[in-house]
Amino acid sequence: MQAKAAVALPPDTLADDRLTGEDLSHDAALVAAALRRRRLLRVLPWLVFVGMLILWEGVVRLFGIPEFVLPAPTVVGATIWKWWTPILVNAQHTFITTLVGFAFANILGLTLGVLIGSSTYVYHGLYPLLIAFNSIPKVALVPILVIWFGIGTPSAIVTSFLISFFPIAVNVAAGIATVEPELRDVLRALGAKPIKIVRKVGLPRSMPYYFASLKIAITSSFLGSILAETIAGQRGIGHLMIVASSRFEVPLVFAGVVVTAVMSVAMYAVAALIETRTISWATRGQGDNSVTGV
Amino acid sequence: MVEPERPAPSAGATGPAFVEIDRVWMRYGGAGGTLALRNTSLSVAQQEFVAVVGPSGCGKSTLMRLVTGLWPASAGSVKVAGKKVDGPLSIAGMAFQNPTMLPWRSILDNVMLPFEVVEPHPGRLRRERALYEDKCRALLKLVGLDGFEKKNPWQLSGGMQQRASLCRALVHEPALLMLDEPFAALDIFTREDLWSVLQNLWLARLPTVILVTHDLREAVFLADRVLVMTSRPGRIMVERKIDLPRPRTREMTYSPYFQEMVQDLRGHIDRARQDEDVAHAG
Ligand SMILES: Nc1ncnc2c1ncn2[C@@H]1O[C@H](COP(=O)(O)OP(=O)(O)OP(=O)(O)O)[C@@H](O)[C@H]1O
Ligand SMILES: [Mg+2]
Repeated sequence: MQAKAAVALPPDTLADDRLTGEDLSHDAALVAAALRRRRLLRVLPWLVFVGMLILWEGVVRLFGIPEFVLPAPTVVGATIWKWWTPILVNAQHTFITTLVGFAFANILGLTLGVLIGSSTYVYHGLYPLLIAFNSIPKVALVPILVIWFGIGTPSAIVTSFLISFFPIAVNVAAGIATVEPELRDVLRALGAKPIKIVRKVGLPRSMPYYFASLKIAITSSFLGSILAETIAGQRGIGHLMIVASSRFEVPLVFAGVVVTAVMSVAMYAVAALIETRTISWATRGQGDNSVTGV
Repeated sequence: MVEPERPAPSAGATGPAFVEIDRVWMRYGGAGGTLALRNTSLSVAQQEFVAVVGPSGCGKSTLMRLVTGLWPASAGSVKVAGKKVDGPLSIAGMAFQNPTMLPWRSILDNVMLPFEVVEPHPGRLRRERALYEDKCRALLKLVGLDGFEKKNPWQLSGGMQQRASLCRALVHEPALLMLDEPFAALDIFTREDLWSVLQNLWLARLPTVILVTHDLREAVFLADRVLVMTSRPGRIMVERKIDLPRPRTREMTYSPYFQEMVQDLRGHIDRARQDEDVAHAG
């Protein structure tokens, strides 16, 4: 019988399967290298940032650039320190204005996005209009908004809303409209009604798109409120900057820019954090989402 | 492990048809599109277990989609439980050829999905969640997925996802079970284990089952009746009744009757494939 001729492998070939000490140390080296790489990646933006500040300071001092053209970072820092209270009060005002506009943008953007994404009729009826609307430069709208809502905070809220609403709506709609037919069929095969399909597949599927849009929307939201404040504000960082600029207090204008950037980046970070917390499934838990892996 | 032998429920095949496909045509994508089914008729009795085999691309998955109402037929009529199918059914459980797990849900939550959709479960779900979860866990354990309930779909191998997809198809005990190559991604040993699991589940509740497979032994082992389809555009070419008692055992697969059955089906499939070659040459 041929079959009987099969022999068991000698035991030492099995032993080769086990990890030897050398393998383990190699493994440890890889882990250490990965750790170093991750640490480098984390400090990289800070290094670049500090480098830029030093360059800026150096150029200003080297060429003796006057303060009312380009103040050095140290001067801007000192200005922030000196005008701390008015900056804080105005920043707080801008922050709240922005968040209110942003909140409205979320509510309406999500609602409209879901409607557009889940109904062919709404899609064809509204989507072209939305695109057309978005190509209007919003700056041109501010004077009209001022006529409607008066000088001050309401106009800023509306501007902030108008600018950030669009990316949210479009992204959510795209997320729902591009649901894989296979995933939809899983629900359809169970006899699910359209609303249930949107709830169980459309919405979860659009969340990565939604969070991606949030990161764009929050920064545009700041842009909107500050824009309105500079044109027709009585308070807020935008107003502070325009007043400072009319008095040629250029360092104070720069201080406003810095404070705005800090708020904007902080909100961006919050949005990014929520994103990684809630939709790790979209990156299959790998987090590192560059296409090339480099 | 001697279980009492039940009479093969295929005796019910003489009863009223549960699934009735009458001269159905299916063409994808308008007038110039692919003709997938041509004048296909078949009927499946209540509580019958039917297997459909046929060369790749002959329209088996298409047939499944028509029966569950996911696609409308181009011509002809499809009836399930005496009613004309004019939209997705809610009495069917379907395991798709690709194990389409929702990637944002854990395996357990994927298997729970039917309970969130199919009446009367959604109303009870909040109160009796634990009960429902236990049921899903038990089923996952049965297919060898215990310990993976909380994992995300992409953390499972293809074959494991397919098993989870099988669980999702039958967890809510649908009256009609549509299985599109549910074991295709599994090794032969796991596969044969799951044949028995599926057979036991079927014997326990006797749903009507339509199983698509490429594995002729699987078809003969599980089905009351095996249907062979021609190559595309597909039609039922031959049907074979399998006269083996239930529950069927692995020993039966070695019997001359079983082997003959497989050989016979094999011959028909070969013929179907040759027809295809001729059609392509012509
Ligand atoms: N969505 C679709 N659009 C257009 N053509 C399709 C579509 N789905 C299937 N077809 C065509 O219909 C024919 C039958 O496909 P089907 O998926 O039913 O085959 P199958 O028998 O399930 O094959 P397999 O055994 O490989 O799964 C194929 O020729 C395919 O090209
Ligand atoms: Mg198929």
